[in-house]
Amino acid sequence: MATASAAPSSARRPLKRRASAFLFRHRGAQLTFTLGPTLSWMVVIYLFSLAVLLVSSFWTLNPLTAQVEHTWSLRNYQTILHGSVYWRVTFRTVVLAAAVTFTDVLLAFPLAYYAARMASPRIRNALLFAVVMPLWANYLVKVFAWKTMLGGDGPVDAFFGVFGWHPGLSSSILSLWIVLSYIWLPYVILPILAAFERVPDSYLEASGDLGARSGRTFRKIVLPLVMPGVVAATIFSFSLTLGDYLAAPLVSKTLVLGNMIDQLAGGTANNKPLAAAISMIPLAIMGIYLLIARAMHAFEAL
Amino acid sequence: MESRFVRIAVRVGAGLTLAFLYVPLVIVVVYAFNKSVSGSWPPQLFTLKWFSVAWQDATLKGALRTSVIAAICATGIALVLGSLASFAVHKFAFFGRDAVSFILVLPIALPGIVTALALSSAVESSRTSIGLTFGLAAIVLGHATFCVVVVYNNVVARLRRTPGSLTEASMDLGGDGPTTFRRVTLPNLRTAIIAGALLAFGLSFDEIVVTKYLAGTVLTLPLWIYGNIQRPFNRPIVNVVALVVLVVSIIPIYIAQHLTGTAQGVASVEAEEAGPG
Repeated sequence: MATASAAPSSARRPLKRRASAFLFRHRGAQLTFTLGPTLSWMVVIYLFSLAVLLVSSFWTLNPLTAQVEHTWSLRNYQTILHGSVYWRVTFRTVVLAAAVTFTDVLLAFPLAYYAARMASPRIRNALLFAVVMPLWANYLVKVFAWKTMLGGDGPVDAFFGVFGWHPGLSSSILSLWIVLSYIWLPYVILPILAAFERVPDSYLEASGDLGARSGRTFRKIVLPLVMPGVVAATIFSFSLTLGDYLAAPLVSKTLVLGNMIDQLAGGTANNKPLAAAISMIPLAIMGIYLLIARAMHAFEAL
Repeated sequence: MESRFVRIAVRVGAGLTLAFLYVPLVIVVVYAFNKSVSGSWPPQLFTLKWFSVAWQDATLKGALRTSVIAAICATGIALVLGSLASFAVHKFAFFGRDAVSFILVLPIALPGIVTALALSSAVESSRTSIGLTFGLAAIVLGHATFCVVVVYNNVVARLRRTPGSLTEASMDLGGDGPTTFRRVTLPNLRTAIIAGALLAFGLSFDEIVVTKYLAGTVLTLPLWIYGNIQRPFNRPIVNVVALVVLVVSIIPIYIAQHLTGTAQGVASVEAEEAGPG
C-alpha cells in the first residue's frame, strides 16, 4: 500500500505525510486518537456524574441548618427502608410501568404485524415514517396535547358526553397511564416491527405444510421468534416510565417515583442526598430488568 | 396464510393504533387556530391572532434563541465525538469494544430522572473546583453527552454497509491515509453524518428532562412551554408554540429519512437509542 511503500524515512517529506505514515504504522496511536476523546468525554462527564450521585446518596441533610453534610452514613437508606411511603410509591410506579408496557405491546402488535408481514414495501415505509414521526415530536407538546384532550370540556369529555358519560379523567392516575402509554408507544412499536420482519417466510410455510393452522403457527412459531424483540421493546416503556417526572404532575395528582425524587431534589425540601438514595431504586429495578432481558436474548434483538 | 377474519382484525387493530398516535397531534394543530382562550371543545375557528402575539413575545424569542444555540453547540460536539468513536469501533478490534456502544447509550437508557439528577449533582460538586455553573454551558455538556449516540449509530451503520474494497482500491491507486479518507470515506459517509447531526439537533432542541436540572435561570423553549403549560391565560400562545415546535421537529426527521434512504435509518437509530446496546 502507498504509505507502506513510501516508508523509508526521508526528512524532507511534509509533516502531514509523516503524520499519516506514523498513524498507519501505529494502530494504537490511531485508536487512541479516534476513541480517546469520546471515551474520555463519557467517563469524565457521565460516569463521573453517576459516581457523584452514588456518593452523595451517603451524605445527609442537616435538618437544622439545611446544609448537606459530607460525612458517610447509611441514614438515607434507613429512611427508605423504614418509610412505608417509599415502598408504596415504588409499588405504584412499578404497577404503572407494567400497565403502560402491557398496553403498548397490545397496541403495537397489530400495527407492527401489518407493516412487517402484510403491507407492500411502499405502505410499510410510509407506516414506519408514521410511527417515527410522533416519536420525535416534542415530549411536552405530546403531554400538552393530552392535557387539552382530557381537560374538562375537552374533546374526550365531549366525545363521551354524546353517550351521556363524563369520565372526568383530567387528574386521575388513569390519565397518567394513557399519556405515558401514548408517549412511549412508538419506542415499543419499532423493535416489535423489526422482530416480525426477521421471521423467515420459509418457517411459516413449513409449519403450514406440516398441517398447522394459522393460529397454531402464530403461537408455536411466530411468537417464540419475536419474543426477544418484544422483551427488548418493553425495556423502553418500562425504563422511560420509571424515569418520568414531568408528566405526572401535569396530567394527574398521583405521586410516582420520578416526581417524588424531583420534589425532594428541588423545591422546598431540597434534600438532594435523600433524592439520590431514592434514585437508586429505579436504577436497581432497571438493572434487574436488564439482566432478565439479557437472559431472554433481548439484546440480540435490538 | 392468515384467515380472512384474522386479516381484517389485524387491519382494524393497526388502524386504531395509528389513530391513537395521530388524534392528539391533530388536536394540537386545530387548537392553534382557536379564537377562544379556553380549551373547551369544539374550538372556535379560525384566527391567526395568537401567532402574531407569540411572535412579539420577547421572552419567547430569547428562549428560542437559547434553544438553537444550545442545540448547535451540542450537535457540533456530538458530531466530532460520535464520528470518531464510530471509526474506532468499525476499524479496530479491541478489548471492550462492545462496552463502547453500551456506555454511549447509557445516558438515554437509564431512567431520565437518574441522568438528570446525576448530571446536576456533578455540576454542583464541580462548581468550586472548575467553576462550572448551571446555565448554557451545563446544558450543552449534558445534551452533547446523550447526542453522541445518535451520530455514532448513524455513522457506524453506514460504515458497516460500505465495502472495504473501496478504501483498498483507493490505497492501491496511490492514495495515502488522509487522501483516501477525504476523497473516498468521507463522501460516502456525508449523508449519514448529516442525518445524524439533524437527529442530534432535534433531540437537543426538544429536550427537557435533563435540561430542567441543568438550566439554572436560563430559559430554553421547552422550559418556556413547561412554565406556561399550567397557566390557563397563556394557553392560546402555548397552543401556537406547540404547533410550531411540532412542525420544526418534523422537518429534520423528514430530511434525515430521505438522506438515509428509508425510514429504517431513522428508526433503527431510535430503536437503539433508547435501549441498552
